[in-house]
Amino acid sequence: MNRTQTNPWIRRSTNPKLDRVMVSPEGIPLNVMVATAGARAGALTLDIIIILGLILGVTLLGLLVLWAFESAFGAGVSLEKSGPLNVVAVFWIIAVFLFRNAYFLYFELGERAATWGKRAVGIRVAARDGGRLTAEAVIARNIIRDIELFLPLVFITSGEAEGTMTDFTAWAGFLWVLMFLLFPLFNKDRLRCGDLIAGTWVIQNVKRNLGGVVAPSTEAIANPAIGRATSRYEFSDADLSVYGEYELQTLESVLRTGTDEALKTVTNSICNKIGWEPGSGDERIFLEAYYTALRAKLESGMRFGKRRKDKYSADI
Amino acid sequence: MPDSDMEQVIESAALKSDRFRLEREADWIRLEGIVAKMEKGKTRQLSDDDVLALPTLYRTLLSSLSIARESSLDAGLIDYLEGLALRSYFMVYGTQTSFGRWLRDFFGGGWSQAIREIKLDIWIALFVMIAGTVIGYVLVAGDSDWYYALVPGNFADVRVPGATEAALRGTLFGAEEQDGLGVFAAYLFSNNAQVAILAFALGFAFGIPSILLLIHNMALLGAMLWVFAQRGLTVDFVGWLSIHGTTELFAILLAGAAGIHVGRSIAFPGAKSHLTAASDAGKRAALVMAGVVIMLICAGLLEGFARQLIDNTGLRYLVGGAMLTFWLVYFFVFGRNRQETAP
Repeated sequence: MNRTQTNPWIRRSTNPKLDRVMVSPEGIPLNVMVATAGARAGALTLDIIIILGLILGVTLLGLLVLWAFESAFGAGVSLEKSGPLNVVAVFWIIAVFLFRNAYFLYFELGERAATWGKRAVGIRVAARDGGRLTAEAVIARNIIRDIELFLPLVFITSGEAEGTMTDFTAWAGFLWVLMFLLFPLFNKDRLRCGDLIAGTWVIQNVKRNLGGVVAPSTEAIANPAIGRATSRYEFSDADLSVYGEYELQTLESVLRTGTDEALKTVTNSICNKIGWEPGSGDERIFLEAYYTALRAKLESGMRFGKRRKDKYSADI
Repeated sequence: MPDSDMEQVIESAALKSDRFRLEREADWIRLEGIVAKMEKGKTRQLSDDDVLALPTLYRTLLSSLSIARESSLDAGLIDYLEGLALRSYFMVYGTQTSFGRWLRDFFGGGWSQAIREIKLDIWIALFVMIAGTVIGYVLVAGDSDWYYALVPGNFADVRVPGATEAALRGTLFGAEEQDGLGVFAAYLFSNNAQVAILAFALGFAFGIPSILLLIHNMALLGAMLWVFAQRGLTVDFVGWLSIHGTTELFAILLAGAAGIHVGRSIAFPGAKSHLTAASDAGKRAALVMAGVVIMLICAGLLEGFARQLIDNTGLRYLVGGAMLTFWLVYFFVFGRNRQETAP
């Protein structure tokens, strides 16, 4: 028995390879989608740019403070021997250390468990086992970042700047960066080394608005005396047995977002299928009526545990 | 919409599943409002009612989701519920410990306990470090050219084999430029912390690079020890080193041990799966590492200020010994009872 039949509610997303199920502590399976490698790379690039920007900002601030001191006390005060330079230098070293190490920690420990870069591309960190994301896990996943990213970069740039780097070490360093950077591509959950150590993964944020009821049965509201929803159109059982859930949900999306043109096309193809003569100018009412009738039939089947995946499956 | 109108809408809905949805919609939308506020970091703006209602609304939503999955074919509705369930799940099971509380737990025994849990790895790292020192000493004793291979250029200014006693003594007791001590301390901290983080992170490759890094660093120390021992300055050198070294070397020992711990758990996961073993070890080691950074701040201050300001070997031993005793007591005695009484 395949997965779709045992778990019919598993989401059909654009990339089924990245679909996962995470069981909440209440025992409810939740659909999650692992963040794509592209989104991860984009977020990381943004974060690096932000960190560099912050470091640049602090450096400029420091220079500004020194300049202010110089102009305040005149050129007579030598900065090398006096307090301000020391204070600024201490502040700068600590600030750079914090930007490099605490930036990720601070943001990933917040409510949204995402740095600015991750927020921008709509992804977040979560615990793989469905439990709480603990502080230890966030620390662990970010300490490893040091060898994955910063250290090789520093290694290569400093080696080149000093001109002491031989070809071999340069290439070894380069391969090292590559191996850790590309690690997420070699496992199906897109785990970084840090994710592996910390028991975390990075998943897509979901934010969907609640759409209206698809077919609000306007006629029944206009005519409450009847007591139950009726419509101009009556469909026989045979008319409704040509389609399954997949077609129903396609029809739903046409009704939610489709243009008049699309409505017409769909009306024609349904009428062809069930042998009706397609009318004109009344497509929406017809489709809503057909949708409601088909959904009522399929849902009543569901209540007895019978589901029909699509038009190729057996009728319920 | 007034209640009576709403009831009428629900009544008139053609499908049972639409009636189900219309009856519960208001709760979902309320929950969505709460979650949206929390996501923006505006938790404080929530009313008490909302905060109290959150867990109930969340559980109601999960049950709605389960029912909808089995009884409704409205794909838009199910997508919405799936998304909202995940978002509110992250709020209900988010990182709820505040930073302050985490810090209190950390200093109040969490750190010590994590260190006691990796005791075996600490012994391995200690053995490796001692072996590294001995190797450095023996190598240089055998052939003093090894010194230049082991010690990077910026250390080997005067401290070279064959240097006079006076020159060496000068490096130990020279009143260095006292203006820049703060900068020096901050630089030392930042530098040492990166080395310690490296020693830990390298543990990922089955712990072997961590061990190599420990051996290399300690061989440097052993080589220097030999240079000073040649001029009868062993006691002074160890004093010079111990004032910050007991803290710094201890921190590096812990970082290396944490790396070895992770590497060992990946290589030999025991009864657990590789992934579970790695993440358990990683979280434990992360606690140790957070502590290592704190120890290195202390070490940087001791090295930057105390070592330059205290120019007396006896006092240096006293400070170094006191720090070592403090760390040992804090790690291995403090909080033992707490651990045993805890379930």
